[in-house]
Amino acid sequence: MKVGKQTIKLENTPKILQTSSMVGPKEKQGPLSIYFDLDTQDIFLGEKSFEKAESKMMETCINNLLNKASVKNEDIDYIFAGDLLNQCISSGYCMRNLGIPFFGLYGACSTFCESLTLASLFVNANYASKAIAATSSHFCSAERQFRMPLEHGNQKSPTAQCTVTASGSAIVVKKEDGIPGPYVTHVTPGKIIDYNVTDMTNMGAAMAPAAFNTIAMHLQDTGRTADYYDAIVTGDLGVLGSEILVDIFRKEGIELNGIHADCGALIYDHDKQDTHCGGSGCGCMASVFSGYFFEQLKTKKMNKILIVATGALMSTLSSQQGESIPGIAHAVAIENEV
Amino acid sequence: MNTNINMTNQEYSDYIDKKAKNSPILKDVALAFLVGGIICMIGQLITDLFMKFGVTKDDAGIITSIILIFLGAFLTSLNLYSKIGKFAGAGSIIPITGFSNSVVAPAIEYKTEGYILGLGANMFKIAGPVLVYGISSSVAVGLIYWLIKLFI
Repeated sequence: MKVGKQTIKLENTPKILQTSSMVGPKEKQGPLSIYFDLDTQDIFLGEKSFEKAESKMMETCINNLLNKASVKNEDIDYIFAGDLLNQCISSGYCMRNLGIPFFGLYGACSTFCESLTLASLFVNANYASKAIAATSSHFCSAERQFRMPLEHGNQKSPTAQCTVTASGSAIVVKKEDGIPGPYVTHVTPGKIIDYNVTDMTNMGAAMAPAAFNTIAMHLQDTGRTADYYDAIVTGDLGVLGSEILVDIFRKEGIELNGIHADCGALIYDHDKQDTHCGGSGCGCMASVFSGYFFEQLKTKKMNKILIVATGALMSTLSSQQGESIPGIAHAVAIENEV
Repeated sequence: MNTNINMTNQEYSDYIDKKAKNSPILKDVALAFLVGGIICMIGQLITDLFMKFGVTKDDAGIITSIILIFLGAFLTSLNLYSKIGKFAGAGSIIPITGFSNSVVAPAIEYKTEGYILGLGANMFKIAGPVLVYGISSSVAVGLIYWLIKLFI
């Protein structure tokens, strides 16, 4: 049911049954290390190219999810997945071996919430009884597509973020009485917001207004206040983008400090790991939500969270043509009690 | 409550500029000077050594270039040049070793797409513009030099 301008209330409150996460070596050294299910020390995962490695990481992550949830491939009705690579090849090639009807999505780093939104809506509408949302990103494959070759000796801007090598996935099922949540209660798909930021090394600033817009719309549509949530979690605004978001909310008279967390800022220890403004990429929110925040919900340390994955929808071509960076953010409200 | 930030594009841009941490320019410049200087000193050392053993100045210069290009490529293949570059910035990009790095780095990276369309086609992805404009501008300068010579 649509409420307000942009939000959908999921009256059948689909349940997130299980999540799975897999990370690379650098993420494993980060402060959230203990929360991830799987990790690899080999950035190639035994494959010949970074693209194949990313695909394999996603497949390993999804297979782990199926194991954890004790379901088989054929029990899954649909899978919604995406990644950062051109034509979403990590997801496409990963699905080749899974045999599950597949929707490939591109929302840049916002893809995890986009896929979780669609998976939840399918289950809510009874079009599916079990659906999976999954995303991945790989530092090396993203670096070669968007930036410089890895061996090139250059310096990064202090506002730059580091694409995480990670994959995360979640399985959404119908709500059953007596089985505890967490449940997906509302989703707020976002609009493109563009404040004419052209600097590809400052994506936090490009995406912060989009995050603000989606969160503000969500609060307006649902009539909730920010402190209704135990945490409002953005995807990869990074350190600078987070400061901007908190700043903008403060101007509107809403204090987000203490409520807001950002997966990109959480995943690394910026001083020790030299990650500048933090992590980014489709796998950032996917792995941090699937690893850390899902655990917090399960153990009831948090009961109501709003996850807001943020994306920058430019390409290297549009950037070279001088276009600014269109930001987007999608929000999903996840609650233990409904 | 506003759902859009209460700023124009220009105001937002100014606000970000104020908020974003700047690169530590003094430190970057000092390190670039130091490392760039050391690379040049190594070059000079090689030239002097060869000249000491009776090689002419022109030949010694060519040999020095070849050795430095090799060193840049070698350090790139060991993934050490990227570490030097992170530390030194322009100090290790500008010398000939940096040019070597910018050719070898994509060569390694694009090998996965094959020797022709991968390595061959992408090898000059970074160095290409330097060659195009470097050669074009030397032709232009040469032409001007020739014209001036005609009248003087």
